[in-house]
Order: sequence, then structure tokens, then C-alpha cells
Amino acid sequence: MHADTTPSRKAAALAAFAGLDREPGVPKPDPILVVDKVVRRFGGLTAVNVDHVEIQRGSITALIGPNGAGKTTFFNQLTGFDSADEGSWTFNGKQLKGVPAHRVARAGMVRTFQLTKALSKLTVMENMRLGAQNQRGENFFRALIPGSWRGQEDEITERAEELLERFKLDAKRDDFAGSLSGGQRKLLEMARALMVGPELVMLDEPMAGVNPALTQSLLGHVKDLREEGMTVLFVEHDMDMVRDISDWVVVMAQGAVIAEGPPDTIMSDSRVIDAYLGAHHDAPMSAEEFEEQLQEAEAELEAGIEEKA
Amino acid sequence: MRRAVIAFTAFLGGLVFLLSSPAWADGEALKGTLQNQGQPVNGVKISVAGEDGKPVGDATTGADGKWEMPVPKAGTYKVTLDQSTLPPGVALKFKDRATLNVQVYDGSERNVLFALAPAGQQDGAAAASSDSSSFWDRVAQLTFEGFNLGLIIALAAMGLSLVFGTTGLTNFAHGELLTFGAMCAYFFNVVVGLPLIWAAVISVAIGGVFGYGQDRFFWGRLRKRGSSLVAMMIISIGLALFLRYVFLFFFGGEGAPYAEYNAQPGIQVGPISAAPKNFIAMGIELAVLVVVGVALLKTRVGKAARAVADNPALAASSGINVDGVIRIIWTVGGAVAALAGVMLGLAQNVSYQMGFQVLLLVFAGVTLGGLGTAFGALVGSIVVGLFIQLSTVVVPTELKTVGALLVLILVMLFRPQGILGRRERIG
Amino acid sequence: MDWTTILITTVKASIGLETVVYALAAIGINIQFGYAGLLNFGQAAFLGVAAYGMAVTVATFHLPFWLGIVIGLAATVVLAFLLGIPTLRLRADYLAIVTIAAAEIVRLVFRSVKFSSVFGGSDGRQNFSGDFFAMNPYSPGTYGIGPISFNERVTWVLTVGWVLIAIACGLVYLLMKSPWGRVLKAIREDEDAVRSLGKNVFSYKMQALVLGGVVGCLGGFLFALGQASVQPDLFSTEFTFYAYTIVILGGAARVFSPVVGAAIFWVLLVFVGNTLSEAVSAGLLPSLFTVNNIGAVRFMLVGLGLMLLLIFRPQGIFGDKREIALDAR
Repeated sequence: MHADTTPSRKAAALAAFAGLDREPGVPKPDPILVVDKVVRRFGGLTAVNVDHVEIQRGSITALIGPNGAGKTTFFNQLTGFDSADEGSWTFNGKQLKGVPAHRVARAGMVRTFQLTKALSKLTVMENMRLGAQNQRGENFFRALIPGSWRGQEDEITERAEELLERFKLDAKRDDFAGSLSGGQRKLLEMARALMVGPELVMLDEPMAGVNPALTQSLLGHVKDLREEGMTVLFVEHDMDMVRDISDWVVVMAQGAVIAEGPPDTIMSDSRVIDAYLGAHHDAPMSAEEFEEQLQEAEAELEAGIEEKA
Repeated sequence: MRRAVIAFTAFLGGLVFLLSSPAWADGEALKGTLQNQGQPVNGVKISVAGEDGKPVGDATTGADGKWEMPVPKAGTYKVTLDQSTLPPGVALKFKDRATLNVQVYDGSERNVLFALAPAGQQDGAAAASSDSSSFWDRVAQLTFEGFNLGLIIALAAMGLSLVFGTTGLTNFAHGELLTFGAMCAYFFNVVVGLPLIWAAVISVAIGGVFGYGQDRFFWGRLRKRGSSLVAMMIISIGLALFLRYVFLFFFGGEGAPYAEYNAQPGIQVGPISAAPKNFIAMGIELAVLVVVGVALLKTRVGKAARAVADNPALAASSGINVDGVIRIIWTVGGAVAALAGVMLGLAQNVSYQMGFQVLLLVFAGVTLGGLGTAFGALVGSIVVGLFIQLSTVVVPTELKTVGALLVLILVMLFRPQGILGRRERIG
Repeated sequence: MDWTTILITTVKASIGLETVVYALAAIGINIQFGYAGLLNFGQAAFLGVAAYGMAVTVATFHLPFWLGIVIGLAATVVLAFLLGIPTLRLRADYLAIVTIAAAEIVRLVFRSVKFSSVFGGSDGRQNFSGDFFAMNPYSPGTYGIGPISFNERVTWVLTVGWVLIAIACGLVYLLMKSPWGRVLKAIREDEDAVRSLGKNVFSYKMQALVLGGVVGCLGGFLFALGQASVQPDLFSTEFTFYAYTIVILGGAARVFSPVVGAAIFWVLLVFVGNTLSEAVSAGLLPSLFTVNNIGAVRFMLVGLGLMLLLIFRPQGIFGDKREIALDAR
């Protein structure tokens, strides 16, 4: 609904992808994020092994793949929440390997989490204010002089109120975040991420656990991000959503990027079908199978750590 | 161990100061307990003189090693231990500290400590006879003692780490499970009069029941209510305080030995000299550790326990009775802790603080090995035990625990997940 | 039963030295645990290094009193860094174990014979409070209302103590109203979320640890000065646990709760202790209770109280359940 009003950004994003090769790691005209040979191993298990991938500026890129493909781990590498064993990646041309998570966020690359991390004992407004950067009152000594940060705090509050209104959370302004529903928390987390003023928003399964009634509005918000000139990279399982909002899709399986392409044709790519069907991952696994896999992974993980010791 | 006893005695003295309630002090006095390697030393003359050198009186230690000397008023007193009255084979640990100047405060009893050691083992004496063969003898002896201590720590650590692994609870009341076992054994051995071996068997059984009961009626309920882990950790501190003072209430503040195996003559095995009880105790400890370890690996319950530790929700969904498994863990943990308590009581004395004293070492062992890994806890505990004893080659005995705890902090710095632990996933 | 004495000592306990010392220690813990979620179980060590830093400077090295205070403060800050650097990047329970171990290390070193020439072994240090009492503006005599009165020395210590408590509370109030405090509370809730919003979580935790330690160390100074003596066993692990009980009693993450909690804690402890010992000497209790073991009963009650509070009223006496740090449901 929102996207229809300003179709230009979408058109521009689609134009950028037009005629691109469908190969993994294909170069983009104007990449904001360039990843090279990122490897993360847990002992014998290689969770992530991405040779090369680029994310186009101003687009909505979906990252999909079967369970255990390493999508979240890859996210963690890129955002500094886990350290990569090898490789490098640049954001706006700036090296980010080894940069701690908070610096990554300050550089303009902000993420959300698969399991929402709303700060439940803080009010919705405080959650929002927390997102703002360069707050004078966050310095210990200046915090003691309220006059030094009051003005800035008012500006931040104003900006937060605008965002809350847009995300239809303004009525919840003074409620504790813990009292929100799952979908509202997702919205709050996204709105809070926007308070940081990011260039690249990384959403880890934004639709997981969201009431269907809220899905459409969430989708609209994601599209809005692009319209405002931000770049979005998101992990998602829901293929309808991927088809609906993304401009480009990157597919991961077993830690590696196996294919890229536009959303309407990517699911007919034979490599993608193999990844999903060949490993029988599309059918829901039985609990035993799942446990077996998990224990295998755990065992390898432990073995690896013992090796390191 | 000896240091732990001394520390505890003084600790109690300190507590009296800190919270000087009128109930504890009826007039100024000097008092103390003489112990050599955890055993009371009696018939030693101690004389007290005022600051001006005017004698106040003499006291002689009783069968429990205690002495007490009322003094007329608060002030500084000179307390002298008459070294000629020490029994043969026992000497002052620090020869220059036969006379101590101590301050007595208004309305309080002052504990005076004379550290004793077997003759030839005092500080200074060891340095005098430092030819290389005796050095290696000492290392061998200390290694043996380190294993002895490490195995006790490992027994305690096993329960702690299993409970942590399956429920996530960092249980500060685990030390009190040890004390409980030791006190049960003391009750059946000294009060009822059973042989120590039967008393130990009974107290291990009661310890298991105690562990089961704690989970059935307390921790299990809290888990059901969804109490957070931090809240439960602090609840365990409350429980530890409560139990410790219940023990103090019924047992009293002084340590006491079991009725048997007190003055067992040492036997010489190679370079190691130790009482036979130590060898037997170590054998039992080792056997129990192996049995529990094998049970964890091979039996259905053991496998279920490991599955619960891995992922409780998943274990539950695959048909494992999670609460049942946790209850078995608590029962085994309680029984093994009680055994550790009995062994600790045998190695030193039974006292209301013994469990808490050793708990920090258990934490050190568990953390060194990696929180939540049973075998890590075993390795970590032995390392801690060995380190504590062997460090006395270079540091004074009174500071041996300091070294072990420092190593714990250093390991945190370089290998936070412990020797065998694993890292967690984020997101 | 001598109810008058019981009541007088109880009322005096509500503003007495123990209350002041524990209130300061608890304000520090409240900053660390209540607001930032850090489990510092070694608060006793922070008070200990401060008290010994001052006492040793003055009594052992015969240096000026104010230098002693500076050295005590510096020692506290150094200790906070030593403990924080290895543990603040790790899970909460690691900090708990490391701090409790550190507290024990500090105590054992203070009481060791090896270093007794510096720290005075288990006797500790005396003769360092002269300069402090030389500043005493109260002339000799007793001050107070009727029987609730203190001599000029105690009055001086308590005056300084309550002024420090007021300053500390003011500081906490200002900080926790500010964006700085907001970051701290957010870290308590979920530090990964805070990290993803561009805040240096490690730095904030360290600031909280240092601040809490410094506020607590003021209690250490007063403890030493009030008793005109420091002993290693004053700074045992149980000290820290009682301070935690106080924080939870008043309600974690509230500005005045540590102060109110400390007063209630000591009033109850002194009242129960005195009443029980009076009852024993009056022969009102079964013979199981004796003069020697009655002291243990009130500490049983502390443990029991701590458990019951957390189970049934984790928000403390005055807390609001929705904003309490401890989720005990």
C-alpha cells in the first residue's frame, strides 16, 4: 500500500538488477556490502563458507535457504556478533572484519533478531530513545547535568514519536515493552533499529511468529524502508513474502551461497530445488530426525572445541 | 585443609566481632583452639600477661584443644604459648610467633590463633633441609595430597555441574549438601555410635533423599513457576545461609572429628606417607566417580540426562520425562555430595562451614572445566586440588587457595568457556 | 524481659554504623545488580581494599589521612578493572564466580601471616583514625533525643555517613533518570539488543562496576573509621550476601531502596537478636535454645527471609513488579 505512492525507488532497484547474471557472487552495479570468502567453522562443522556476495544499494534483498544453511550465523558474522574465522567484508568501502557489534551499528548497518529482543522492563518510548546515536546524556559525566542533554532528548523524543505513529505504536508509548504482542514487538524492534539512522537494515526473520493480521503492515514497513533510501537485507522462510517484497534473492545452503536471482524465477532454479528438495528439507522433519541432526552437530561442535583445547 | 580449619575458627571469631550480639559475649576474654592437622592438641600451657608484662593467668588446653582465659578489661595482652608443653612431634609453625600481642575489645571474646605443624614441617624448617631428594619427596607427597583434595572437589563438582547442566541453576547451596552429609555421618557415628563406615552409607542414602526432596518440594516447584535463573541463584544463597545457620544451631561453632580413624599412624608408600584412611578414601572416591561417569555414558537415564542438558525442550518433545531426569540428577547429586562431605570430614573436621569453605574450590573446578560439562568438572577439580597442594612449594600454605582462585580468574581471561566448555550461539 | 533496652538498641540500629555501612554497600550493589544486572558477589572485597588501602597507608606507612583515602579509592577502581576485564564479556554467572573468588583472595591475603607486616594479619590494623576524629566538629558529650543518643565520635561518623548516603542517592537518582541510566537498564534486559543499537556494552558495564564499587568503598572507609580498626574477617562473603538481601528487601533498581532496606534489615536483626537473647536468659524458650546458639537463629531468619522474598515478593517491599530486575513470577 505504501510502496504504490512512490514507485520510483522500486523501479530503480529493479533496473539495477536487470540483466544480471544468475550466478552466485555476481557483481552488482552499486554494492553497499561486499563479502569475500567468509568462513566460520564450529569444530569440524563449517557453518558458513561464503565465497563472494554483493548487496545492491537501495534494494530489498532476501536471504533464503533451508534450515541450518547458516543464514543466522552469516548475519552474526557480518554484524560483529560472532567472529569469522576467515574472510573480509566491506560496508560502504569500510573494512568491517573484527569490528565489534556496536561499531558496526554505528557505521550504519543495523540488525534485528530472529527471537525479538524487546527490552521488556523499559517502556516503548525508552526502547525507542535508546536507538538514537551520539546522545550527550549517555556520557557518564554529562548525564549528571540534565541541562546538557535535555534539548537533545526532546529532539529524540519527537523523532521517536513520529516513528511510533508510523508503526501504529503511539498508543503504547508509555507501556512496558514486555506487555506488547509478538507482532508489536517485531514492529517495535524495527522502529528502534530505524532510530539508529541506518543505511542498511538487516532483518532476521521479520515475519516469524507474527499474527497474520499484522503481516501486511509489516511488509508495508519493509517496503517503506527502501522508499526512504535504505537498503534492506532480510532472512525469511515465507516464500510468499519473499516474492512479494524482495527485488533480489540470495540462496544459501550448507553455509555457501548457491544461487542468486530475481524472486519470481529463483524458485525454479535447479540448484535451489536441489538444495530444498534434495536434502528433504522442505518436508517437516520428525522430532527424531531433528534431534539426530542436532546431536550430530553438537558432537562435532564439542569435538572441535576439544581439538582447539 | 588445616588452613581451612584455622580460617574457619577465625572466621567465626570475626563474625562474633562483626555482629557482636550481647548473647555471644559475656565479658572480655581470650580464647582459642589448638589444632595440629585438624586434630585437637591438649595439655598445652598458655600464659597471658598485660601490656605492662604483669601476668593475668595461665590456661591449659583441654581434650578438645580449647582454652579460655577471662581478662579484667579491654586492652592489649601478651599471649604466650609454652613450647615445652607441646606434645612430641608437634611444633609451632612459625617459631617467632610463640608470643602474640592481641587486642581485646569491649565486651568481646578474642580468638587467639597459634598455628601448629608437625615437627620438621614448619616454615623455615623446610627450607633448612632443602636438598634435592627431599624436594622431590615433598612434590610427590603434595601431588598425592592434591589428588586427595581434587577427588573430594570432583565428587562435589559432579553434582553441581550435573544440576547446572540440566537446569541452569548455579547452586550456591551445594556446599551445604556436603555439610549435611558430613553432619549425618557425625550424628550416626559419634552420637548413635555406629561404625563410621555404616554411618557413611546411611548418610549417603539420606543425602540422596535430601537431594530428591529439595528438587521435589523446592527447586522443581520454582522451575514450574518459571522463576528466572538469577532469582534462583539468589534463592540458593538464601537457602545456603539458612542451612548453614541451622547446622551452626545444632552442631555448634567448633569443628569436631569422627569417633574413628582419628590418629591413624601413617604408612610409607614410596615417597608418600599418609594414613591408610586416605588411600581407602581415594579408592572409594575414584570408584564412585567412575561409576557415575560410566552411568552417564551408558545407561538410558544417563543418556537422557545428557539430552536434557543439551536441549530440555527437545528432550521433552522426544518423549523424555525431563522432570524425572532432573529429579534423578538431584538424587544422585545429593548422594555424591554427601559422600564428598563424609570424606571431607574425614580429611579435616566436621564443621558447619566446611561445605561453604570448599564450595569456592568446587566452583573453581567446575568453571575451569567448563560450566555444565561433567567430565570438564572432573578434570578441573583435579587440577584445582593438585594446584592448591603443589603451590605450597612456592607460596605459604595459608595462601594456597589464593593461587588456585587466581588461576581461575586467569583462565576466565584466556579461555572463558573453560577447558572443555563450548561457546553459545547468539540470535 | 527488658523491653526498654531492646527498643532503644533497635531504634539506634536504624541509623547506626552498620546501617550506614550496609546502605552504602547496597547502593553500590543496586547500581551493579539492580540497574545493570551485574552479579558482583565480591562487594565485600571492594569495601575491604578501600578500608585497608586507607588503614595501611596511615597506620603502616605513616602517611597522611587524605592520601589514605585517595589510595583506598584508587585500589577500589583498580580492583574493579581487574575483575571486570576478564568477565564482563562473559555470561552473568562467570562474573559472580570470579568476584566471589576475588573477595576470598583479598580476605586471605589481608589475614595472611606472610603479609602481616603490611596488613597486620588477622588482627588487622588500628591507629589510623586520629586525623578523622581530629576533624570532629562535635564537642565531647552525647547527642540525640533522650535515650536515643550517641557520643560525639559516633555522631561524627554517622553524620559523615548519612551525608555520603544522601550524595550517593542523589547521584543514582540523576544517573538513572538520564540516557546513561537508560543504557544500563537496557543492558540488564538484553545486552545483545543494546549492542545492535550501537552502544559499547562493555564500557557501560565497566562504568557500572567501578561506580558501584566506589560507592560501596565509602562504606568501607566508614566501617574502618567507625570501629577505629580494620580486620580481614569483617569483609567476608556473607557481608556481600547480606547486602544483596538488603537490596532485594527494599526492591532492586529503586533509588532509596538500599537505604530503607538496610535500616529494616538491621532493625529486624537487632530486634530479633536482642529479643531472643533476652528470652533465653529469662528462660522463656525451650532448653534447646541456649545463649551460645541463639545467635544462629537470626541468621537462619536472614536466609529464610531472602528465599521467601525472592519467591513471593521479588520486587521487594516497595518495588513495582513490572519494572523489577528479577523475573521470579
